[in-house]
Amino acid sequence: MTEPLLDIRDLRVPLPPGADRPLAVDGLDLTLEKGEILCIVGETGSGKSLSAFATMGLLPPNLPKPTGEIRFEGRDLLRLSPAERRRLTGRRLAMVFQEPIAVLNPVYRVGEQVAEVFRLHTDMKDAQIRRRVIELFGEVRLPDPEQIVRAYPHQLSGGQCQRVMIATALALDPALLIADEPTTALDVTTQARILKLMLDLRRTHDTGILFITHDFGVVAEIADRVGVMRHGRLVEIGTAEEVLTRPKADYTRELLDAVPRLEPRERRTDFGDVALSARNVSKTFRTRTLFGKLRETRAVDRVDLSISRGETVGLVGESGSGKSTLAQCVIRLERPDEGALSIAGSDFTDLEGATLRTARQRVQIVFQDPYAALDPRQSAGDAVAEGPIIHGVSRRDARARARDLLAAVGLDASAAERFPHEFSGGQRQRICIARALAVEPDLLIADESVSALDVSVQAQILDLLASMQKRLRFGMLFITHDLRVASRICDRITVMRGGRIIEEGPPAELFANPREAYTRELLAAVPGREGHLYTDPARNEST
Amino acid sequence: MTRFWTIKFLRTILTLWFVVTFAFVVLRTSGDPVVALIGADALPAEIEQFRRQWGLDQPLFVQYLRYVGQMALGEFGTSLRDQRPVIDIIMERLPATLALGLVAYGAALVIGIPAGIAAALRRGRTLDRAIMAFAVFGFALPNFFLGILLILFFSLFLQILPSSGSGTLAHLVMPAITLGTFTAGTLARFTRSAMLEVLDRPYMRAAAAKGVPAWKRVLFHALPNAAIPIVTVIGLNLGQLIAGAIVVETVFGWPGIGRLLVQAVSSRDLAVVQALVLVIAATMVLANLLVDLLYGLLDPRIRGGAR
Repeated sequence: MTEPLLDIRDLRVPLPPGADRPLAVDGLDLTLEKGEILCIVGETGSGKSLSAFATMGLLPPNLPKPTGEIRFEGRDLLRLSPAERRRLTGRRLAMVFQEPIAVLNPVYRVGEQVAEVFRLHTDMKDAQIRRRVIELFGEVRLPDPEQIVRAYPHQLSGGQCQRVMIATALALDPALLIADEPTTALDVTTQARILKLMLDLRRTHDTGILFITHDFGVVAEIADRVGVMRHGRLVEIGTAEEVLTRPKADYTRELLDAVPRLEPRERRTDFGDVALSARNVSKTFRTRTLFGKLRETRAVDRVDLSISRGETVGLVGESGSGKSTLAQCVIRLERPDEGALSIAGSDFTDLEGATLRTARQRVQIVFQDPYAALDPRQSAGDAVAEGPIIHGVSRRDARARARDLLAAVGLDASAAERFPHEFSGGQRQRICIARALAVEPDLLIADESVSALDVSVQAQILDLLASMQKRLRFGMLFITHDLRVASRICDRITVMRGGRIIEEGPPAELFANPREAYTRELLAAVPGREGHLYTDPARNEST
Repeated sequence: MTRFWTIKFLRTILTLWFVVTFAFVVLRTSGDPVVALIGADALPAEIEQFRRQWGLDQPLFVQYLRYVGQMALGEFGTSLRDQRPVIDIIMERLPATLALGLVAYGAALVIGIPAGIAAALRRGRTLDRAIMAFAVFGFALPNFFLGILLILFFSLFLQILPSSGSGTLAHLVMPAITLGTFTAGTLARFTRSAMLEVLDRPYMRAAAAKGVPAWKRVLFHALPNAAIPIVTVIGLNLGQLIAGAIVVETVFGWPGIGRLLVQAVSSRDLAVVQALVLVIAATMVLANLLVDLLYGLLDPRIRGGAR
């Protein structure tokens, strides 16, 4: 039997002293064959990315040296000298990353950044390199390669940047491609296209792909084999079919069960008064280019939207669809150019100054990134109590209420005194929710509030939002790019594109009979839709 | 792009006009310029004649317009002290200040930036702490004090460098060190923080994944991205070139513009003071214009237009 392309044996990646555990990766064994796609799945802190970095030789310099063996093309990568290793990196092993725009250097043209690989590893002439780069851009299906080689990263979309990165990785036809969450930051339709591209490339180049993801939907789309990691260890490894439909480990079962599916929630009708009413809201941005040309972007275009108390309305769309601008109009961070907004029956459109500040307690927002949304120097209790105090509640009452709320969102009694860095991402999002609910809003906007969280945490936060809504009866505008998440929590889903709401309806109807071609496209792009993932039998009975 | 530069240019003119007007107002409100210019013990007839000769009998508005007109044409008037055109006096002194400034700032760049880069790469280690200690020393120590220390050590104790004057390279050493230390310290500090900001950016990891050697990653991938704050600091310090030279030139008796300014102020040679204020303001404004130009060259996102 021939040697596998990549053979990782007993890999251990130590963490610096003082970390929460001594080993980030603890005795990892796995193999990858030529032309095979192996997906490594795991949640934050599972060690999946550090395993990839160890293979690429990209571990942060503050970490102690990894031990074990990483055999690749007959050599142990961990025992190579830095110079030998560098000759392999980018040539025989290549990597694509999670944040496609941020991994390209903003000061160089993208063509130049791909050309760098040829300059480093070959002695090709400039003209030859230029031709190859244009060919590569064609191969990763970038539109108009001759033009795009001269573009800067900020001039391209996220999907285009990821294609540039893939072109860079494939430039010298590597035997092994490591992809670390390459589609996580992209829209679903773009994700579907990038996944298809990777499948094509595997077929044409016979590249072995180690694909790291947290999304079982993506796994179902592309994996030949799947490894599940937790706390630095491999919990389970097997063919995609085995792991996805007949998981052996309990942890795998838990993870699979937490994956949101396109399953509409049961219909509810017991809604209260109107919480939000938006009529004919428009917002146009005017920017002047340096040449003095006036450019108009109609970010929100005559949108009507109404949400009742106790109801959750999903706002689904891709980046640039105007969903965030609409949310900013609703909380009046932006002032709509036209139209009328009212929250719980009182006008919100033209308020200014002190009246606007007072009115703001009626609508609150929970953002995507729980790490950036909390002041690191403010304790959780103070963060939650601040809003009520500003709106006239006495300090004592506000503090007491903050403790109640923190308990209600599932944090323990000591949480009020602790600071954001002492909490995990999911716990921080709980604090953000408590903070938003502290001023008893009529309307809560959740702007991609669960997108940055692991699936199991995601499920918990969605449950929390639903139960708090039952208790406090606020209307909720749930903004997301993920139809699976929307289907789970929303009573109604609105699909937004180009600033307009193009389709609206209860999830069950929307999924069964989408009227618009775009809605159909969005639905088709949902990863793992065709696959039959394992489901907990108990869950099937309850729905 | 033309529009961009037209606006920049007009702003520059506007700033200089403000400075000129401000100088005019200050000089007119700080007492009778005639008395200030020819001395309080002059005879009334002399004063009257002087007034007419310099147009000071005209209404204030006319005086202002004439003054602005002269400034625009580069006619700074005549020095009261040695009766020569102010422009000649300044041109005579400018080369000395430029020589001192360029040597000092050149050295500061060559030392400050690499020191900052090295400190960032060795963050938290001994080298970092040593460099930062020197940097703080560099910008915490007042110029005049450092100057005096250097004179004590090199001129009085070791007796290897002349304590004042100009003419040879040896004369240049101590003033240049004194003037450059502050800038080198500031630059090291800013370079360090700017580099730390970019060193763990995702594109640095991507460069490593392409197999780019470490030194190339630092020079060609990190440094251009860290350049904006560094260039800002260079611009601000360069604008201080003449203003900063005042103290140093006085301490070392360097025959440049700084010392000229001190002499002119103490002898109430207002025409010279006026012209120098404008020259100092102009270097500041031009340095900032240069920085704006460099921003565009360094960062395609600022260059804009082609979005």
